[in-house]
Amino acid sequence: MQRIGVFVCWCGSNIAATVDVDRVVAEAKVQPNVVFAQDYQYMCSEAGQGIIRNAIAEHKLTGVVVCSCSPRMHENTFRKAAERAGLNPYMVEIANIREHCSWIHKDKEEGTEKACVLMRAAVAKVLLNAPLKAGESKVTKRALVIGGGIAGIQTALDIADAGFEVDIVEKRATIGGRMAQLDKTFPTLDCSACILTPKMVEAAANEKVKLYTYSEVESVGGFVGNFHVKIRKKARFVKEDICTGCGACMAKCPSKKGLNEFNMNLNNRPAIYIPFAQAIPNVAVIDPEQCIKLKTGKCGLCEKVCTAGAIDYKQQDEIIEEEYGAIVMATGFQPIDASKFDEYSYSTCPDVVTSLELERLMNAAGPTGGVLLKPSDKTHPKSITFIQCVGSRDVSGRGKCYCSKICCMYTAKHAMLIRDKYPDVEVHVFYIDVRTPGKNFDEFYRRAVEQYDVDYIKGQVGKVYEEDGHLVVQGVDLIANEQIILNTDMVVLATAIEPDPTARKVASMLTASIDTNDFITEAHPKLRPVESPTAGIFLSGVCQGPKDIPETVSQAGAAAAKVIGLLAKDKLLTNPCVSHSNELLCNGCSCCEKVCPYGAIGYEDKLINDHGVRETRRVCVVNEALCQGCGACTVVCPSGAMDLKGFSNKQIMAEVDAICR
Amino acid sequence: MHFDQKETANLITRMSGTDPKKCMKCGKCSASCPSFDEMEYHPHQFVSMVVKGDVERLLASKSITKCLTCFACVQRCPRGVEPANIIEAVRVTTLRQQGTCYLSPDDVPAIVDDQIPQQALVSAFRKYRK
Repeated sequence: MQRIGVFVCWCGSNIAATVDVDRVVAEAKVQPNVVFAQDYQYMCSEAGQGIIRNAIAEHKLTGVVVCSCSPRMHENTFRKAAERAGLNPYMVEIANIREHCSWIHKDKEEGTEKACVLMRAAVAKVLLNAPLKAGESKVTKRALVIGGGIAGIQTALDIADAGFEVDIVEKRATIGGRMAQLDKTFPTLDCSACILTPKMVEAAANEKVKLYTYSEVESVGGFVGNFHVKIRKKARFVKEDICTGCGACMAKCPSKKGLNEFNMNLNNRPAIYIPFAQAIPNVAVIDPEQCIKLKTGKCGLCEKVCTAGAIDYKQQDEIIEEEYGAIVMATGFQPIDASKFDEYSYSTCPDVVTSLELERLMNAAGPTGGVLLKPSDKTHPKSITFIQCVGSRDVSGRGKCYCSKICCMYTAKHAMLIRDKYPDVEVHVFYIDVRTPGKNFDEFYRRAVEQYDVDYIKGQVGKVYEEDGHLVVQGVDLIANEQIILNTDMVVLATAIEPDPTARKVASMLTASIDTNDFITEAHPKLRPVESPTAGIFLSGVCQGPKDIPETVSQAGAAAAKVIGLLAKDKLLTNPCVSHSNELLCNGCSCCEKVCPYGAIGYEDKLINDHGVRETRRVCVVNEALCQGCGACTVVCPSGAMDLKGFSNKQIMAEVDAICR
Repeated sequence: MHFDQKETANLITRMSGTDPKKCMKCGKCSASCPSFDEMEYHPHQFVSMVVKGDVERLLASKSITKCLTCFACVQRCPRGVEPANIIEAVRVTTLRQQGTCYLSPDDVPAIVDDQIPQQALVSAFRKYRK
């Protein structure tokens, strides 16, 4: 006879405030086969686990039900506790009386009643549990990093440092990402390129790191330890291994109308180009939209001047297939489109720019060679006005509900740099709040105010318009309770940042969940911040949420540590809750094969002894290493041959019966 | 008659159809307001004073008649607070407190011409007739 123990957790007051735990224990004691029931304040604590272990030994329990939080939280904890006491870990069932009960009910009577029902269902299920043994699967000791910005580069370098191979897939023609576009970095004002480009070179030189630039992930299959990835290497029309990056083609190219994306479209570039001087790889790429040869068949100048013979107008996209053990998402961000905010005249006035555009206008390698000039007439501005929170903390539908986190600091940086280099320029900053949590951040902002005389005005701007060749800013000073009309030469919009538009597509390929803002969701916001709930998928950088460079680099290292922890294992324990077929019932119809998302189902011709009748039949065979236990086959099977271990049809019916009892 | 500021503020909030607590005090409403200098209390103050229940001063202020109802604040508010609707609710409250019917059906034929949309009559009666 089965001997079941029921353990009811208070979870401090999380459960006990809404569920009468004494009543759940009393109710448990009268359930069939329950020989022991007890409650405790924190069942997951060492003392709580001790109660479970002692009860297993003392009462010779054959099954355990823990009424506590979600199994996603502590199922593993309690399985391990049972295992330590000599019980098969799969003889443990969790009744979720926190997330599914106490947290969503206010009335204690109702909550208690529901907790009792959930407990009853779990007891009914555990009576039909069978001991299971986890299988093993291999681990491909190579990682894939999607995105080649500072997040992706740092993650890859840290993984490579531990001795594992790692590939970076970057959709643009060079690695470096957003950080490569920045001029200086806060709060130290060191040059962005000076600290980033050595890392880019390191990534290219590291023999463990392989770069796939101008490439995108096409499809992802498999599961943790065994991902199968197809990468589309887009045609550059330039042979990557032959091009020397001399730039002769760029100088001769007659088509110079392409917008320079690296300079935020502030100037033009030829149809054949290297994104910027320190690009990695330092290889040209042809923009097929702009190339005269590719569009009309006439021209071919670049081919003529290329002494290395690297130009190949016939190059095709190439599909590369690779196996990986772990995948890191580092897809980064983009600024939102400022033209949605008509009142700031971004689309109509060239002297209204975004902060990222200002970075390029102040960068020595930018369109003005680092001299700050008004985009409209290339003259020196005398007054610059910054507007904070453009599209951040905005629930009107035009912006983003969150704080973009980096804008307060980069604006202080911009203001300071301008005042330092051009003391004759007056700088105003309209702010709602100045948010500076971070080491040396507030001190940095105060320097802007106290040392550099930047005029911070508490209040927002209502509109910006052009009048008599200059810009007019109409704003409010909430401290003085006055409306301000300011004449200014340039306006800089601190636009909100949003996840890169590819994040959603990549996340769905990886089955990684995303939130309403398209940021990738963590497995646990506090305790597992760099892992996706999908096993083997890790998060690095702004794809998880707005963050600055120091935070991104820390998170990149953390994600790398998690990847290394995974790749260091030779075998992974697989989930034993997999499906299997009853060969006597299987009619070989192939329904299950069609719905299996993991390709885990195949067919074999087998000699079946069906009640004395021997015949060869085509029956379903499940590859237990591939099966993820989703259960799709069990519901689609017309003859009821498919069943899931640990979640059998019989068990689910028993739970339903117990709930309805 | 007993006057309860909090209760009146709640009534104003309900009438306005918006939630002034969503305000993050950025002042973009006042920054956008073309009547700012005409007003003793500015749009952002209307919002915060209604939240605080400090409405007696608003009801007595001439500011309520200075709002042009241009809706620039409504269009630009990043939090969807709709300050113009709050000011309008204060304005309507003062009219209702006077206890008289401001608009009599008898007056209508004299003031109506074919330029006035029917909807204006409907809303006028909703607002100004008890």
